[in-house]
Amino acid sequence: MAASMGDRLHPASSIGLSAANVRSRALESLRAIRPRMTVIADEEGLKPFETDAFIAHRETPMLAVLPESEDQVRAIVKACRRLGIPVVTRGAGTGISGGAIPHRDGVLLVLSKMNRILDVDLPGRRATVEPGVRNLQVTEAVAADGLFYAPDPSSQSICSIGGNVAENAGGVHCLKYGLTIHNLLAVRAIDADGDAIATGEGALDAPGYDLLALLTGSEGNLGVITQATVRLVATPERTETLLAAFSSVREAAEAVGETIGAGIVPAAMEMMDRVVIEACERCMGLGFPRDAEALLLVEVDGGAEEAHEALVKVSGILERSGATEVRVAADEAERARLWKSRKGAFTALASILPDYYTIDGTIPRRCLPQVLEYVYELAAQYGLVVGNVFHAGDGNIHPCIFYDANKPGELERGEELGGRILERCVELGGTITGEHGVGIEKLRQMCVQFRAPEIAAFHDVKRAFDPDGILNPGKAVPSLKRCAEWGGTHVHGGHVPRPEIPRF
Amino acid sequence: MTDFIDDLCERVRDHSARKAALRIRGSGSKDFYGEASEGETLDMSAYAGIVAYEPKELVLTVRAGTRLAEVESELASQRQMLPFEPPHFGEDATIGGAVAAGLSGPRRPYAGAVRDFVLGTRIVNGKGEDLSFGGRVIKNVAGYDISRLMAGSLGTLGVITEISFKVLPRPSAEATLAFEMDEQNATLQANRWAGLPLPLSATAWESGRLRVRLSGAESAVAAAKSKMGGEAVDASDYWESLREQRTPFFTRERALWRISVPQSFEPLTLAFPQLVEWGGGLRWMSGDADPLSVRSAAERAGGHATLFRGGDRSAGVFHPLKAPIMKIHKRLKDAFDPAGIFNPDRMYTF
Repeated sequence: MAASMGDRLHPASSIGLSAANVRSRALESLRAIRPRMTVIADEEGLKPFETDAFIAHRETPMLAVLPESEDQVRAIVKACRRLGIPVVTRGAGTGISGGAIPHRDGVLLVLSKMNRILDVDLPGRRATVEPGVRNLQVTEAVAADGLFYAPDPSSQSICSIGGNVAENAGGVHCLKYGLTIHNLLAVRAIDADGDAIATGEGALDAPGYDLLALLTGSEGNLGVITQATVRLVATPERTETLLAAFSSVREAAEAVGETIGAGIVPAAMEMMDRVVIEACERCMGLGFPRDAEALLLVEVDGGAEEAHEALVKVSGILERSGATEVRVAADEAERARLWKSRKGAFTALASILPDYYTIDGTIPRRCLPQVLEYVYELAAQYGLVVGNVFHAGDGNIHPCIFYDANKPGELERGEELGGRILERCVELGGTITGEHGVGIEKLRQMCVQFRAPEIAAFHDVKRAFDPDGILNPGKAVPSLKRCAEWGGTHVHGGHVPRPEIPRF
Repeated sequence: MTDFIDDLCERVRDHSARKAALRIRGSGSKDFYGEASEGETLDMSAYAGIVAYEPKELVLTVRAGTRLAEVESELASQRQMLPFEPPHFGEDATIGGAVAAGLSGPRRPYAGAVRDFVLGTRIVNGKGEDLSFGGRVIKNVAGYDISRLMAGSLGTLGVITEISFKVLPRPSAEATLAFEMDEQNATLQANRWAGLPLPLSATAWESGRLRVRLSGAESAVAAAKSKMGGEAVDASDYWESLREQRTPFFTRERALWRISVPQSFEPLTLAFPQLVEWGGGLRWMSGDADPLSVRSAAERAGGHATLFRGGDRSAGVFHPLKAPIMKIHKRLKDAFDPAGIFNPDRMYTF
């Protein structure tokens, strides 16, 4: 896959400079930037940056740089542009599609030192933060005032806001609270010319084209996010959590539809399949019915009265939809226990099978049962264990393919299986990525989801922000040439990098 | 209907080759909005109809020429709605026009804007290519978000032919409370309430009176009413009249300015009467004010000002863009519409 990088870029080497020459000129330029900042050039120092949380690829950057201000970012981008050097931006490195995998001939722009909360407007319910601020840090700063930052990707305790913006990160509460884009008021980004693109200062809209929407989810390809103004929302007065067991996936999926059809938008609706249930039983003994094929975890929240009314309605719907058992959390401890079936099972499974690979397709929800059947068929065919967790409310599926990287060929089989699931998602009118991004992982599937003129339009958009293609080249959008010729190249394995990062 | 798209692509290619402008039009209900634009009319009203609607998926796909009223009544029959509450400004307003104009109604600060509910768009670009972006699923991050970029682009990047939306259940209960208070207190109070778990769905302040709409489950609305106090008023027509700008404030024969600022910003000192929506985020001003002074007041507040209706347009309808932003606009326009045929000058002169 590495070969796909730089397809469109004509680096300095092509204008007659040797690699060593380019490197020393880049180093010189970065060290000349004032005020000084950390520039890492030695192999030992670069090692920690060779991957993000993507499983199957590593690359050492030519150099890494850790700016502390937007002015430094601008100077870095301008220097790289002048030298024709790729710039890969990295936040906390928790992305799992490989978006922050370094470029071997490029500079890795690490934003972890830009980690200040610049302003909190409590009455106006907005916070302006630097990109390196952690997701959870925003909520922690305002929780005492009854507010929170809603997007909650599972890595929220370590992932950073800049990365969330770049990936348009989701989470388990998207159905009600939306994705990152729905919780942003403005961003500042540095384009490849080194210009600051400010989409606003906190008003609810901005004049002209919606560049905020375009920059959000652009995977570091259109600009380096240097600031974000996020929306803060009222902490619900009460949250009710229910867990229901069903004897078929179809019934569980129908219960989701019935709930929404009844006019209720739960904060979360998570579904787990029998692989997960069995793991739960083995490791935690939650005591669910033996014939349970699906578990549905539902959360409703809001004002106390509202949450209670929703709870009563939802439990009725779950029972009428054929739930064989419905449990309601009576208190916070029980709520945590119910969530354990969602969060704990994979930890347990992962202790038996050390490596896993998470898929991120989205499908129309009515297709859940048939997709699951297809996943089971494929799993049997490939001889791999696949556990399924769904953000069922929004049809975002996360099959986790378990494999053992020490067994030759298993990772490759897993990746092939994953690719086939994504292709089925597209056939059903869905998408190859609901919230994880394309990165380098799903470049091939982009060619399945989009036709050539659409891919060309993406490249046109990129050129508007990055005429020479220096920003994160080779990621997010495949070149048309690649789509036409795709074959041969394949990545080679390794263990899960940063296994502490939750991935679904 | 495929013929319609094929013919459309052909026509666009022909116009591009001749560099002959096209003025994209649904019903013309928003002709008043934006800069004047010349060109042969491209009537989209014939490309109408609901392509797919799955109430339980909360997803609706519709052709751009479909009347907004028809879309809303179809959704209402399933007790659902377009959460951004778009203004119609005319009986035959189309959904494509609503998206292209990018205008959201009273519910915007509490539910989201047009672009927040756009899941996918099908467009014909200036090269006469039929393209689809986004999709019909609620979560989708594959490729740059060109579908949302179309919202509010005033038809200057391409002809929108189909749109997929996320829709939401219509709240089962609704109530309006009224409070006598000045603008400063009204803004403070609206922001304070928005920071609490209350089912706010709209606010409007004018002439010393703040109205707050509550929408949600029966129990939530009842509880909020008792917590917030005020006077319960019958406002069933008020919010629609406000959205459609049929109230007396909007029907004066004067320039109407739309000033968008951060919600908690203090009252703007301007020479003409204001009506404040969106919990302080949207300030309408009725009067023939000096554009420079309105725009600098908006900028000081961290926002922007649009000459929404009427007035002397010599200083431009839309807020001037900073140089780097204008640079990106020009390049995007060039990329989508290289011959510059779509609604030339309607937004900015590129």
